[in-house]
Amino acid sequence: MENNKVKVVLGVIGADCHAVGNKILNYALNEAGFEVINLGVLVPQEEFINAAIETGAKAILVASLYGHGEIDCRGLKNRCRETGLGDIKLYVGGNLVVGKTDFTEVRNKFLAMGYDRVYEPGILPDQVIIDLKNDLGV
Amino acid sequence: MSNVLLIDFGSTYTKITAVDVEREVVIGTANGITTVETDIMEGLNQALSELFAVTGKMEFTKVLGCSSAAGGLKMVAIGLVLELTAEAAKRAALGAGAKIMGVYGNELSEYEIEEIKALKPEIILLAGGTDGGNKEVIVHNAKMLATLGIDVPIIVAGNKSVAPQVVKILSAVMTEVVHTENVMPRLNELNIEPARETIRSVFLRRIVEAKGLNKANKFVNRMVMPTPAAVLKAAELLGKGTEYEPGLGDLMVIDIGGATTDVYSIAKGDPNRANVALKGLPEPFGKRTVEGDLGMRYSATSLFKAAGAKMIADFAGVTESDVEAYMKKVEENIEYLPQSEMETKVEIAMGRACTRLATERHVGQLVTVFTLMGDAFVQTGKDLTAVKIVIGTGGVIVYHKEPESILKGTTYSASTPEMLKPQSPEFWIDEKYIMASMGLLGEEYPEVAIRMMKKYIVRR
Repeated sequence: MENNKVKVVLGVIGADCHAVGNKILNYALNEAGFEVINLGVLVPQEEFINAAIETGAKAILVASLYGHGEIDCRGLKNRCRETGLGDIKLYVGGNLVVGKTDFTEVRNKFLAMGYDRVYEPGILPDQVIIDLKNDLGV
Repeated sequence: MSNVLLIDFGSTYTKITAVDVEREVVIGTANGITTVETDIMEGLNQALSELFAVTGKMEFTKVLGCSSAAGGLKMVAIGLVLELTAEAAKRAALGAGAKIMGVYGNELSEYEIEEIKALKPEIILLAGGTDGGNKEVIVHNAKMLATLGIDVPIIVAGNKSVAPQVVKILSAVMTEVVHTENVMPRLNELNIEPARETIRSVFLRRIVEAKGLNKANKFVNRMVMPTPAAVLKAAELLGKGTEYEPGLGDLMVIDIGGATTDVYSIAKGDPNRANVALKGLPEPFGKRTVEGDLGMRYSATSLFKAAGAKMIADFAGVTESDVEAYMKKVEENIEYLPQSEMETKVEIAMGRACTRLATERHVGQLVTVFTLMGDAFVQTGKDLTAVKIVIGTGGVIVYHKEPESILKGTTYSASTPEMLKPQSPEFWIDEKYIMASMGLLGEEYPEVAIRMMKKYIVRR
């Protein structure tokens, strides 16, 4: 079964079992023509990396829902560099911090950690898809 | 005429088993010394004389053979990510009954090519990339393997999108390059059966001849597979059954030898409780692992290192210095058998340590993850806690007076709760040492093989 769909890796990082948003994103990305490699929940950084390497994925979409994402998400960009994935796009979203902070601060923090795009809670999949298509030139 | 002869050309002994497939009985067994350097028929004829001395001369309607002679089938497995396609390739090779000389991942360097050359593999299994996934690494590795400088059969079982290119690069220098299905076509999807079959056919085509086993061709109808694959086949048959003969259900087999301990599990291994997330590469239904450092004689020193004096001394109820002394003695003199009560206790304890460590390395693990919504469980590997039957085979267990004490090592222990070992299994012993033969027999007479195993493998 030949296919030239662009592959993206999707998963919920860290000690986190929230699964609903993951399924919604999976569906939307599929409909938009991407091939989704969905790692599910409780995904450590290594698993994102290994999946991206074997499948030749062009983007890793990290979701963190329980408000403590910073600890889990830090260091992923460096791992990508080490393992030859220096050019892969890294997106992060979900519920990145607890409480109501100004999201600009949050966004800047995650951009500084090496993520290409940082999404606030309530974002619709459509926006993610538009951004992916732009960033990957598809 | 319903006599079938089953031959296991082992590395030391050639073991033969004569079976009457109509009456479904073992007529007789015999051993000869394997003579692969001179003429394999010598050792075989020796065994046949011994058999006929008891049974009278016999004719056979079929003669089937398996082999672990001349060191067994030596293989190197190569993939991309070590935990993914390299692991999948390794499992395919283990399932085919091979002896794994090395596992490599990522882009091979010249140093690694030198290493591989020095290992003298008989077959190389090259994987890497899911179908449609990473292309660069498997192509790079093909180019590197083309500089190996020795002619080795290579099986290509990686990203199908670049398979033709990979095969072309290798075929320019190697005389046998075979393409088969990807061992991991999609992420976390194991597909090792095609590679297993391809390994077996290359083994029969090339390796049997290279090891001089083809000299037995006039006598042997079919050389079927490497011996460990025969044991796995027997276990699979006995566990799964066929549409005409029911199997026993999920089971495990432990085979302790002088040099290695092999563990087989026939089970899906799905989680036994709710709320468990399965992580990592799935494992094959019929899984074989080999521990090269756990053995009763040749590997006594490495067993001592792996288990530690305390574990063995505790199992035996003797002092650690007694354990150390005995284990040194038996490694230096591999023919030695226990002479005293103390030595017998240590011998049993060594067996139990082999069993315990090998089982722990084979079974899956369950870890608790503390999340804000309560405990979550993550399982890697197979949950074998519900396995009810553990079969012991191999000389060490079969010829022992108390094999149950040795097999106790397979059982779940509260001190290592994360190890998903069988909780309350029955112990069955392959008293007539026929599992490999039954795997062979199962190729042509699967239901007979199952019924005979049910009869001859005895519950203790």
